Amino acid sequence: MAKLITHPNMASPDDFYADLIAAHEGKSDAESEAFNARLILVLANHIGDQAVLKEALVASQ
Amino acid sequence: MFEDRYSLAFKLYPYKRSADQDADTVVRHPVVVVGGGPIGLATALDLGRQGVPVVLLDDHEGVGMGSRAICFAKRTLDIADRWGCGTAMLDKGVVWNVGRVFQDDRQVFEFNLQPEEGHANPAFINLQQPFFEKFIFEQICEEQRKGAPIEIRGKNRVDHVASFDDHVVLEVATPEGPYTLEAEWVVGCDGASSPLRGMLGLGFEGRVFEDSFLIADIKMTSDDFPTERWFWFEPYFKSGASTLLHKQPDDIWRVDFQIGWDVDRAEELKEENIRRRLDAMLGGDVEYEIVWSSIYTFQCRRMEKFRHGRVLFAGDSAHQVSPFGARGANSGIQDVDNLGWKLGLVVRGIAPEQLLDTYDDERIFAADENILNSTRATEFITPKSKVSHTFRNAVLKLAEQHAFARPMVNSGRLSVPCVYDASPLNGPDDLPDGPEQTRVGSSCKDAPLGDGFLLQQLGDDFAVLALNTEVPTSIQVGDIPVRTVAVATSDESFGALSERYLGAAKSAVYLIRPDQHVAGRWSTFDETAVHAATLKACGRD
Ligand SMILES: Cc1cc2nc3c(=O)[nH]c(=O)nc-3n(C[C@H](O)[C@H](O)[C@H](O)COP(=O)(O)OP(=O)(O)OC[C@H]3O[C@@H](n4cnc5c(N)ncnc54)[C@H](O)[C@@H]3O)c2cc1C
Repeated sequence: MAKLITHPNMASPDDFYADLIAAHEGKSDAESEAFNARLILVLANHIGDQAVLKEALVASQ
Repeated sequence: MFEDRYSLAFKLYPYKRSADQDADTVVRHPVVVVGGGPIGLATALDLGRQGVPVVLLDDHEGVGMGSRAICFAKRTLDIADRWGCGTAMLDKGVVWNVGRVFQDDRQVFEFNLQPEEGHANPAFINLQQPFFEKFIFEQICEEQRKGAPIEIRGKNRVDHVASFDDHVVLEVATPEGPYTLEAEWVVGCDGASSPLRGMLGLGFEGRVFEDSFLIADIKMTSDDFPTERWFWFEPYFKSGASTLLHKQPDDIWRVDFQIGWDVDRAEELKEENIRRRLDAMLGGDVEYEIVWSSIYTFQCRRMEKFRHGRVLFAGDSAHQVSPFGARGANSGIQDVDNLGWKLGLVVRGIAPEQLLDTYDDERIFAADENILNSTRATEFITPKSKVSHTFRNAVLKLAEQHAFARPMVNSGRLSVPCVYDASPLNGPDDLPDGPEQTRVGSSCKDAPLGDGFLLQQLGDDFAVLALNTEVPTSIQVGDIPVRTVAVATSDESFGALSERYLGAAKSAVYLIRPDQHVAGRWSTFDETAVHAATLKACGRD
């Protein structure tokens, strides 16, 4: 009963990737780390579903 | 030798020689309570009010001084109301509802605990623990005057214990030498370092948090700090990795600094060093007096079982939590609420001994919930790895702007009553569309009723609450008295009652245990069903 989407789901993956790297520009390692943490929390809230989040935690290991 | 281990805030029960010390044969009592902290006193009060003879032994002559509990939850006040001492606590206590969370010099967010109207008691009061204990003691005196068989023996220290199938033998030290006492049942309320637990060779497993907290109770008259709970993560004034400021009665404020694991206690407790932290926090020109200070470290742990044959453990001796969430004394009082009526029925021969095993089922479930909550709060407040620290601060940063992150901020999940969802004592939940909040296993929610409130009218026996349906004026289930409370909610003023007990249902019948937890519910009164559920709730099915 996998709910986590693992097949390609973005209209333009290259755009997202470029935006992600650009968002880190000029940040120290510590700032980048803090930014990543905030990003994960923002995205996790958007997903909301605990079962999907658990699958995401496993998928990212 | 008999020396005090701590100084007293109130000397309440000076040592007096008891007849048991001169008896030719060892005297056996139905119930002996070991320890006269809040939980032991409350146990004696609950049992005594039922007419169960109880002897309480404490190794001091009153209430210890010092800064321990200050936050007492609504559920505790509701229980204290049942005992008759809730009003004294509420009158002395400081009512608070608003909490603010800061990081550095910024407010992250604020919360308001007052969720809804129509409850006799507020969500929380702040009251120094010694007063809390004193009010329970005063109620004991009041009940004694009315004939309740409660005896409190000061400077009676339990030194040895032997447990048998049908009784327990206790060796008690006094300033005039030792004596022996027997009990059919012993309730161990001798605190987190419970000597009783040690004497029975029982374990107390869990985890230690590697951080210390410096607690200073200060007296100051200041309008700069309102009656709110203020919690700083990484405060700009740098007096601690976190800091808590909270008001108590008598212009006393609790300040709690997180100061790290490897600290030189003697050095930190020097007045000049405490003042340095306080001055940085309060600003140099605020005048205050340090009333009490101490350093604590925190642990979360519990006994594997709370019942060991004829010995039952309650309060800190059975389980210990970190104070974030105020779940220590508040959960101990719920232990007493749970154990009191069960032990009362067993001693009077109305319920079988097995009923006491459900104290284990229900209160271990509760202890695990409390430990989980206070462990998580402690993790959030004192993150133990770099990445956990990074995420913690990410939550705080986001919470300033985004509502979604606020529920993740954890400066303590404040004590709420446990719902015994899986209890073996639960009867049927046969009220289609009944409210979730009063489902079987939950503690009854208060609501205005007549000139007063519902909980005050439920009393300390089993009760049947009938809404918009007929019930007999009294019910007797064998030797178990069941009182009935019938209400019609056609009157508009019963809005809260309808919302909390009917939901979408037209009528309802609730069977309520003596601790005011719901044992079963139906849409109409069915005598056979109510009888069966009452017997089940007494462990008699
Ligand atoms: C800093 C701090 C803040 C806290 N804040 C809160 C809060 O806000 N809200 C909350 O609910 N809880 C709070 N707590 C927890 C609360 O203080 C405890 O949960 C509560 O005191 C437990 O009560 P007790 O009766 O089980 O044990 P105790 O209060 O420890 O009492 C045990 C008693 O047994 C006696 N005794 C010990 N050995 C023997 C013996 N051999 N014979 C006879 N008597 C003996 C002792 O002298 C004592 O009187 C806090 C604790 C701390 C440390």
